[in-house]
Amino acid sequence: MIEPIRILTKNYGVADSWTLPVYEKSGGYQTARKALSMEKAAIIDEVKKANIRGRGGAGFPMGVKWSFMRPHPTKPAYLVINADEGEPGTHKDRTLMELDPHSVVEGCMIGMYAIGAHAAYIYVRDELHLSKKRLWDAIHEARAKGYLGDRPFGKDYPLQVYVHTGGGAYICGEETSLLNSLEGRRGEPRFKPPFPAQVGAFGCPTTVNNLESIAAAVPALSMGGEEFSKLSKLHALGDGGSRLYGVNGHVEKGLVVELPVGPTIHELIELAGGVSGGRKIKGVIPGGSSCPILLPDEVLHAPDEKSPLHPWHGKKVFDVPMGVDTMRAAGTMLGTCCLTVIAEGTCMVRATANVARFYRHESCGQCTPCREGTGWIHRILEKIEAGQGSIEELDQLSDIASNIMGNTICAFGDGAASPILGFLRKFRGEFEEYIRTGKSPNNRSIL
Amino acid sequence: MPFEPTPERAKEIDDILGRYPNKMAACLPVLHACQEQNGWCSDEVIAWVAQRLDLGTAHVQGVVTFYTLFNQKPVGKHQVWVCRTLPCALRGGENLLHHCEKRLGIHEGETTKDGLVTLRSAECLASCGTGPMMQVDKDYHEDLTPERVDEVLTSLGCTLQGKK
Ligand SMILES: Cc1cc2nc3c(=O)[nH]c(=O)nc-3n(C[C@H](O)[C@H](O)[C@H](O)COP(=O)(O)O)c2cc1C
Ligand code: SF4
Ligand code: FES
Repeated sequence: MIEPIRILTKNYGVADSWTLPVYEKSGGYQTARKALSMEKAAIIDEVKKANIRGRGGAGFPMGVKWSFMRPHPTKPAYLVINADEGEPGTHKDRTLMELDPHSVVEGCMIGMYAIGAHAAYIYVRDELHLSKKRLWDAIHEARAKGYLGDRPFGKDYPLQVYVHTGGGAYICGEETSLLNSLEGRRGEPRFKPPFPAQVGAFGCPTTVNNLESIAAAVPALSMGGEEFSKLSKLHALGDGGSRLYGVNGHVEKGLVVELPVGPTIHELIELAGGVSGGRKIKGVIPGGSSCPILLPDEVLHAPDEKSPLHPWHGKKVFDVPMGVDTMRAAGTMLGTCCLTVIAEGTCMVRATANVARFYRHESCGQCTPCREGTGWIHRILEKIEAGQGSIEELDQLSDIASNIMGNTICAFGDGAASPILGFLRKFRGEFEEYIRTGKSPNNRSIL
Repeated sequence: MPFEPTPERAKEIDDILGRYPNKMAACLPVLHACQEQNGWCSDEVIAWVAQRLDLGTAHVQGVVTFYTLFNQKPVGKHQVWVCRTLPCALRGGENLLHHCEKRLGIHEGETTKDGLVTLRSAECLASCGTGPMMQVDKDYHEDLTPERVDEVLTSLGCTLQGKK
């Protein structure tokens, strides 16, 4: 069985792991101290070498994102941390906030200094009351010690961190919607460009990083970027370090675990005690419900010998190391790399309807294809579920979903449509049988 | 009657305003603070927030209606949110919601007659590894079974229906 690693999670399980004394005992705030004595460009360089691919879902290299920030003659810069954690199936950032909030604060200090900001806002979804409390407590402790404030470590570079609360809207995880929400507006995504690095929070240059991404800046700098990156099995693909993987759904024991980047789906399920009830796997959603489902018999195609993915050509996708590029090559996305495991016997028509309901509920309504499309998709699926659907409607579903793809302001549209297209294609037979007989071909319902 | 924050609440709101470069940014946290005192975002709350933050009433109204967690009508003393999104549903989340409906004798979205509990369904609450789960006011209850749900509801003071 693969061995968990303890870098981001080094204090998990330690008594009072969220307090300053415990954090300092494990070397806490020494990396921020070091960072504040470095050249900004040198920090960004280390973070680039660390190959931290954004942990919020899109997998963009963090060091490169930081390097987009340019000082503005009159405007301040901001660091905004995305802890909205709303993608269905994602339950990892919460563990960092609850168990090691100081690592987030220290990461923010490094990030602010590197991008030229003096204030950081951590946007936490409102429901995570314990997370918000632990973050605030950590901020107050760090302020009392003088780590945050006017002269951190005696340096004339004021640093402040604040927690901001959301209002229960999944779309606010999208970075420009999050910025509107931070500014006190309705959480509607903005057109891009301009990108946040030019016009972000309060009209100022802004970097938005996921909460786990910013925490990873600490080991990247303390170990050295390259050392951190080399922990990963996919270092050669520029996908570095260790990260939090989660497993949920039909497994014996759901979990969040830190691993070097690149465990396989099978390895993760094994860590979670296997499929519940000893059942077979029907499919796995690799990183939140926006990622198309993978089936056990799918193989990865990379026939080009020059492709860095060629070593896994022809291999079962469940045996391929999970990284940003490998999952893309498998026709899905790594997303937040929290797996949802679905066992045999599950009704995929009902599972699809559940996912469709979520997106219908959460569309912000700005773009017609997304607002209307997610509504139609869910209504048709409800009809099928009730035994009143037709095969023509099944084809209609694909058309509607395809029409959303690429025709919207933000990536929510694609995130809503592509999993539906995946379910429809991969479980076509099951959908048809449900429509023909008017009921689920599975004895079990969604469970 | 117009809304008026308690002295402690007023101080909390001053604190919140100190975190941002402008007043508008305080809109969500200040609404949360007012809702905590008032139970819901009434017209009076909206008017007060608009005035305190120098915003139009329509702006604050627009914010309140956009976000699920701002109550647009009075709710029960306790709020029970049951997660029904796919990962929880795979572990029995939908049954849990039906179980709550049966025990409380109300449908999702309704409040018990005694005003004790409002039952609502939630979308993924970032607790999928320990699903099925529900949120009661500020607390998460995870790895739930119908029996544990009965215990939680009883601890809120509910009289459970249909229980042997
Ligand atoms: C609909 C939608 C929801 C998103 N939700 C989240 C979220 O909950 N948390 C998050 O970190 N990123 C989320 N993202 C991704 C963010 O837009 C952004 O890419 C990310 O915060 C950048 O941080 P990273 O580069 O460190 O990953 C979401 C994106 C979309 C389109
Ligand atoms: S794609 Fe959907 S969620 Fe995104 S802006 Fe358009 S309507 Fe809103
Ligand atoms: S699906 Fe219920 S907490 Fe995520």
